[in-house]
Amino acid sequence: MHMPLSDTLGLNLMAANQHQADHNRERFDAWQLLCLNVMSSPGAGKTSLLEATITALAPQLAMAVLEGDMTTQLDAERLEAVGVPVVPITTGRACHLDAAMVSGGLRQLQARLSPADLDLLWVENVGNLVCPAEFEVGEHLKVALLSVTEGDDKPLKYPVMFREADCVLITKVDLLPYLPVEVERFEEHIHAVNPAATVFQLSASSGVGLQAWYQWLLDTSREHTQALTGQTITAGRSAHEPVAV
Amino acid sequence: MHEVDMTKCLLLSLQEWKREHEPHTPCVSAVHLEVGDFTCVEPAALRFTFAAAVQGTWLDGSKLQIATVPLRARCLGCSAVYAPEPDQAYRSPCCDRPMEEIISGRELRICSVDYSLSPLSASPQSSGSTSLSSR
Repeated sequence: MHMPLSDTLGLNLMAANQHQADHNRERFDAWQLLCLNVMSSPGAGKTSLLEATITALAPQLAMAVLEGDMTTQLDAERLEAVGVPVVPITTGRACHLDAAMVSGGLRQLQARLSPADLDLLWVENVGNLVCPAEFEVGEHLKVALLSVTEGDDKPLKYPVMFREADCVLITKVDLLPYLPVEVERFEEHIHAVNPAATVFQLSASSGVGLQAWYQWLLDTSREHTQALTGQTITAGRSAHEPVAV
Repeated sequence: MHEVDMTKCLLLSLQEWKREHEPHTPCVSAVHLEVGDFTCVEPAALRFTFAAAVQGTWLDGSKLQIATVPLRARCLGCSAVYAPEPDQAYRSPCCDRPMEEIISGRELRICSVDYSLSPLSASPQSSGSTSLSSR
């Protein structure tokens, strides 16, 4: 006879990923760099935004990119072309980056440069509005993009992604004159699921709205460094902690 | 199909738990999870990937029991607890405020494991079981 037993675990289902993510964040903090996880559906403009942002802010911030892509290195090549170190992370069948993949990317990055010389590390996630939302990689902040061509209902259809994002960028606003949409509806739906989100409207191709986004990045980077050097580290929110308002 | 990677995370945690019982290998009958409705997890997909992943392993034959947890939020206008609905833009029906404080629905939790040990090694080391209904 076997005695039936039961153990209470009370663990996060994602505990294994969370441990690695926490470890990644400890390293970012030791290097005093800010790590941003950039997420969106495919084609929302992540790479175009990074091309414009890196070009504009290169004189002020030392940056590098961990580039998640399912099968190709096309995005990595585009970003290398603007003169920033890029480590491609080919995820194969996986539709998101996880903390272990980012840890592997960090090892490759360290072989090329000293991360402590960086101010900002971009993690460009795989284009997907579902999976990346649940996989923390050690980032300090999550940035989600939503292009106006996708429709204003996306925050309601993919609420976890937009709820988890600290900053939401409404992209391709230069196309608004050609679309039967109102940009106010995008903002309204983002704030319905995430009233605390910082929202910007911009277009990487026309340049409209980019200045406010750049200023937010510079301010966030400076405040982050100050917080770290002041030893009052506010590590990224845990993946499943509701946002306090 | 991120449930595959979530299953890998789950198996790593169970592997860790198994080590506490060494040198014995617990015979697991059920693993109880809580999955919130406001997560990116599809319980059926998780059950499917778990069943496939444990074949031929020490967890072969164990069942994944998933209790879903509904999304609930607190309206910061009047403190009422409500069930946010996508077609209402998740807003509170009482004060028409956005979804501010989520009080349940984000759970992704490994609650407990039901198992047995061989008679010789059975010891009263298990902690209390949690009462969870399946699904």
